Amino acid sequence: MNQRRRNWHLWVGFVFCLVGFASLPVLARFPATRDVPWVNFLLFGTGLAFLFVGLRRAFDQPQQYRGKIIGPILGAFSVLIVAFFCFVVFYQIRQLPASTGAPRVGEKAPEFVLLDTTNKPVSLSSLLSTPFVNTQMPPRGVVLVFHRGYW
Amino acid sequence: MSRDLCRKAGYMFTFLSDPKAEVIRRYDLLHAGAGVNGQDIARPAEFLVDSSGVIRWANLTDDYRVRARPDQLIERAGELK
Repeated sequence: MNQRRRNWHLWVGFVFCLVGFASLPVLARFPATRDVPWVNFLLFGTGLAFLFVGLRRAFDQPQQYRGKIIGPILGAFSVLIVAFFCFVVFYQIRQLPASTGAPRVGEKAPEFVLLDTTNKPVSLSSLLSTPFVNTQMPPRGVVLVFHRGYW
Repeated sequence: MSRDLCRKAGYMFTFLSDPKAEVIRRYDLLHAGAGVNGQDIARPAEFLVDSSGVIRWANLTDDYRVRARPDQLIERAGELK
């Protein structure tokens, strides 16, 4: 009769926050969920709402629900997870150099010569002037993509 | 290594290596010490260069997860004459 009920809202809320954080690498693969991490925030919001309900139950109806000790602990962990996520996504990831000296639109792209995958030197001007094999026409332009990698 | 990567990924475009980051430096795109083991790497950047060598479009992201998308580039490239 006096058995208090398990406060499952607290655990569900905590799991939502965990999943919201752990899903970042997966969701970052798709532009729709990467450019603005709205799915992660949806998960965090759902998790925190569950935690809020669970904590209110634990403290407003302590005779009926458990969770006065585990509730604040899970709540604190969840808030830390969300805070760490915001730190990574909105601060750490944006620590890129200013690149004020990078060439701008309207300027001439600096010429370069680099080796391709067959160790053949390739220059920007050769990329711009070499005709396509199928049409015998030179390209209308070249896209330069700088990759963030090292090997 | 790059050759294997390109073959695996199916890349048909020219893939160039800049092991000493000389061109990356010339374009002021060096992100010093940001590699996995603290190597100097490039910040992500995309430039569209027209046939006279002039830059027509550039994208320097402020979030390295967010890059130019192929459809953006194709749209801008279509404007070249």
